[in-house]
Amino acid sequence: MDPILIKHVRERNSFTLDFYLQHEGYKALKTALTRKPDEIIEMVKASGLRGRGGAGFPTGMKWQFVDKKIEPRYIACNADESEPGTFKDHLLMERNPHLLVEGCAIGCYAIGAKVAYIYIRGEFLHVQGVLEQAIAEAYAGGFLGKNILGSGFDCDVYVHRGAGAYEAGEETALLESLEGKRAQPRNKPPFPALVGLYNKPTAVNNVETLCNVPLVVAKGAEWFAQLGPEKNGGPKLYCVSGHVKRPGVYEASMQITLRELIEGYAGGVRDGRTLKAVIPGGSSVPIMMPDQLDTQASFDAIQKAGSLLGSAAIIVLDDTTCMVWLAENLLHFYRHESCGKCTPCREGTDWLHKILRRIERGEGQMRDLDLLSSISANIGGKTLCAFGDAAVTPVTTTLKHFRHEYEAHIKEGRCTLHADWRARQPVGAHA
Amino acid sequence: MSFHPKMAYDATFHKSARTLEDEGPPFVYTAENRARFEEIIKRYPPDRRRSAVLPALYLAQAQQGYITANAIRHVAELLGITRADVEDVVSFYTMFYTKPVGKFLVQVCRTLSCALNGAERVTEALTAKLGIKPGETDQSGTFTLIEVECLGACDRAPVVMVNDGWHECLKPDDAAKLMDDLRAKGETVLSGCHHVVERR
Repeated sequence: MDPILIKHVRERNSFTLDFYLQHEGYKALKTALTRKPDEIIEMVKASGLRGRGGAGFPTGMKWQFVDKKIEPRYIACNADESEPGTFKDHLLMERNPHLLVEGCAIGCYAIGAKVAYIYIRGEFLHVQGVLEQAIAEAYAGGFLGKNILGSGFDCDVYVHRGAGAYEAGEETALLESLEGKRAQPRNKPPFPALVGLYNKPTAVNNVETLCNVPLVVAKGAEWFAQLGPEKNGGPKLYCVSGHVKRPGVYEASMQITLRELIEGYAGGVRDGRTLKAVIPGGSSVPIMMPDQLDTQASFDAIQKAGSLLGSAAIIVLDDTTCMVWLAENLLHFYRHESCGKCTPCREGTDWLHKILRRIERGEGQMRDLDLLSSISANIGGKTLCAFGDAAVTPVTTTLKHFRHEYEAHIKEGRCTLHADWRARQPVGAHA
Repeated sequence: MSFHPKMAYDATFHKSARTLEDEGPPFVYTAENRARFEEIIKRYPPDRRRSAVLPALYLAQAQQGYITANAIRHVAELLGITRADVEDVVSFYTMFYTKPVGKFLVQVCRTLSCALNGAERVTEALTAKLGIKPGETDQSGTFTLIEVECLGACDRAPVVMVNDGWHECLKPDDAAKLMDDLRAKGETVLSGCHHVVERR
């Protein structure tokens, strides 16, 4: 499949309004404004567009659930992109920001919102500049603001910059942060579609999801659906990183396999090494083994294979990777990013990290392995948001597939696989 | 604090455990920042001024370099919320600093994709070069070194952020030289985010 979302991203000026208009920009918005809002929602439902942020929930359904009896309603665009290994929204916003602005405007029209907030992560200061410039151009061009294109529809889009919190990527935590509080999740239900931003009905959509909406409207639901396997329609962005020759963002139909993505697009494992394992959807999902590479990289196929497509962040690990080290690295992340609201997660991630660190240093005991499993079982499913499940996944999945590496660390009293890309001496978090 | 008999909870580490000691000099926005603040506040419903707490704090931090109790008081008054509300936010988000940081805040991404590409060795090289450990500022107040979690540019690993600027594909062997260049020429030596650079 030829790229659609990122077709022009390497071209000069791809981020400007002029360039966007030359490439059929804002035509979808024009089309949308001639239809009834309900028709847009039906169209998105028929297209099978599923949320690109991680959960893969059907976008049309989400919009339908938004309570249309209560005013005002909001769209909160989740541009907090913090899942380790994910950098697709980063590229979209920097190089094709008008597509997102158009998606926001159509989304607002569909659910009857007048304001969309794009919540970007704090580290993306340079992205904020690009987005705000695009938004200013859109206002000047009459694609945002009052009475858009003479239709009587008003819509404002604002960029809201976070300040360094992974948890703000969770939809209710994002809303809390947008309200000026700590980014900590709310209890669900009620879901944001009924009680969201400022307790009003809100649709929280990922950047890539909203960027797909103009395609659905411009080219039709059928065209969109047939791009991928059943219930996995549309183009998909994959972020490939780790031990590959050509890391980067690649766009493909979800018919593609993990093997084609890793060995074809990304050039395969680098330095003549062999593949040890793959994390297919960001650090929060179970590991897949080399014999599963022919799995289709779609939401449903990867789930059937025992993992999740998540944010489609494919992290490739070669045979120099110590899996105990990997679990420790990721638990350092989760321990740092735990928002602290739920006790099992706040306390448990710290304990998991401490135990992993001592095993990695060769100071562990065999009974630590059962302790790891026990703590994991007491975090997963016992927290308000999915963070708890995500945080224990690196531990449970490495224990499942690579228990022998844990045992080797304990028996030999040292890390048995010390790669040259790792620190010579413990530094920073490892000290 | 920990209720576990043997394992100490790392109280200095968890972000909610940070405290604010510095009252700081008297603080009000400059006229320019005040005007900027008044623009920002319009984005939110009039009865939801609290929503602007993050941008308001960014303005304060840009003006003073870090957040003090007096800056928190000023922001709280402007937003019509309590100082505790603002401090609650300041102590949660990692990008607000309650102590002065060096002229160059060097933030090394340490999460998986960068680590697989040598981020640990970058930190090692920087520690040796600057003579400080992550979390510390050097004697002259020029460099502060910290480790941060995934920055979202994993195809250009290892990534280092210096203040608000990005530097990508930093090889461990080049890390020491980057510090010398920063000292000599400032932030212009940073590679920038490759998406932005390629449009030039």
